[in-house]
Amino acid sequence: MSATHAIGDTVVLTGRSMRHITRSVDTIITTAIMPVAMMLLFVYVFGGAIDTGSVAYVNYMLPGILLMTVASGVAYTSLRIFNDVQGGVFERFQSMPIARSSVLWAHVLTSLVANVISLAVVLAVAVVIGFRSGASVLAWLGIAGVLVLFTLGLTWLAIGAGLSAKTMEGASAFAYPLIFLPFISSAFVPTETMPTVVQAFAEHQPVTPIVNTLRALIEQQPVGTDGWLAVAWCLGILVVAHALALAAYRRRSA
Amino acid sequence: MTATATAIRVEGLEKSYDELAVLRGVDLHVEQGSIVALLGSNGAGKTTLVRILSTLLRADAGTASVQGYDVAAQAADVRESISLTGQFAAVDEILTGRENLMLVARLRHLPDAGRVADDLLARFDLVEAGARKVATYSGGMRRRLDIAMSLIGEPPVVFLDEPTTGLDPQARTEVWASVKELAARGTTVLLTTQYLEEAERLADRIAILHEGRIIADGTLADLKQLFPPAHVEYVEKQPTLEEIFLAIIGAEQKS
Repeated sequence: MSATHAIGDTVVLTGRSMRHITRSVDTIITTAIMPVAMMLLFVYVFGGAIDTGSVAYVNYMLPGILLMTVASGVAYTSLRIFNDVQGGVFERFQSMPIARSSVLWAHVLTSLVANVISLAVVLAVAVVIGFRSGASVLAWLGIAGVLVLFTLGLTWLAIGAGLSAKTMEGASAFAYPLIFLPFISSAFVPTETMPTVVQAFAEHQPVTPIVNTLRALIEQQPVGTDGWLAVAWCLGILVVAHALALAAYRRRSA
Repeated sequence: MTATATAIRVEGLEKSYDELAVLRGVDLHVEQGSIVALLGSNGAGKTTLVRILSTLLRADAGTASVQGYDVAAQAADVRESISLTGQFAAVDEILTGRENLMLVARLRHLPDAGRVADDLLARFDLVEAGARKVATYSGGMRRRLDIAMSLIGEPPVVFLDEPTTGLDPQARTEVWASVKELAARGTTVLLTTQYLEEAERLADRIAILHEGRIIADGTLADLKQLFPPAHVEYVEKQPTLEEIFLAIIGAEQKS
């Protein structure tokens, strides 16, 4: 199998799964609606009671909301894989003379595009309710880079979940704890206000350094060690999730 | 090798899931251009055998080859020579029928995917439905589309795993016609079925898979000889419900 075929097959298959998104725009809306509702709730209801110093609250909590958007978006990635496996389409592709990796990569690319669109929708709403940032182009590239890396990691988790799920509910259930994770982090309230045990957890889970990094980039503050921690967590999640997904993939033909 | 070449050769194939031995030494030879029906009850191992032959599953022991290529060592070559129609119509519901066909044509790297799709829509009587989402298709239409997708690129060997399970009698007749047409073009067909009538109507040879082994293999005439000689008996032939059903809808459609 030549490399050009692998790329060509990936392009054809990505075109196919992109149609699944453009023909059910509701998946994009559902992905964005929960984080947007959460954002409105925090900005207009809880936000007034939370002291975030000189930072506007909408700016403070946006990074956490963006991570939540990705976590709810990848549930659909898992569902799309699960439906392919369940409907036999996956086996049809596997028995065809195409690069086998292209079947998974098409889903990865589609997940990336779908999440970028959802993130853009959430960001647009944030701007409407008062989000402003003087961040440089370079800082925005950093923000985009971290978000893409985070999305890739969660996407491979979703692929593993979709390949090994037995039911439709099971395929998307893995995303719930991920959606919840930002609550026990520095995403909505400063961690210093939490009880010791909760604080210890909050400060040592991946969301906190990722949120801190995004926030520092938005606020034009120095990123510090959080930047390296964030990238390390994202890469770590990516490597582990990729290995888990490939293991789930191999189990299908053992 | 004899005058007619062997398209599928299976020797001593074994496969277990944990403790459960599904295939326990399967031997099977399928000649080029023939239709062979693999007959067996549910759980006999038919699907397992087809999945090994189509490189989706690895065997524990024994060898299998398709068009001379070993399914384990030369999987990519095997995939060039086969197509699989699984137990459930593997079609993309969100795409239209025509898009499904074009998708497979592109993945088989054929030059004019649109024309390939249109030809097959015509051949399988799906022209009018071609622009509709597959989600709106009936069971028979899905199966026809599924089989049409399997023919793209004209693979010399086609596996059909229970192609008519869950179809109404009319759709079943349509699928049978498609399979016969395939064989008429020289394609080797290995189909699994639990319907005796299906095997009898379609197959040149019938192999019976029972408890993980092929316990009988031959033409219908060969298999009939395994039974004691027929004795003559006079019975009044009643039409079956299926014949009545088909006669009534046939009349309905003509009027």
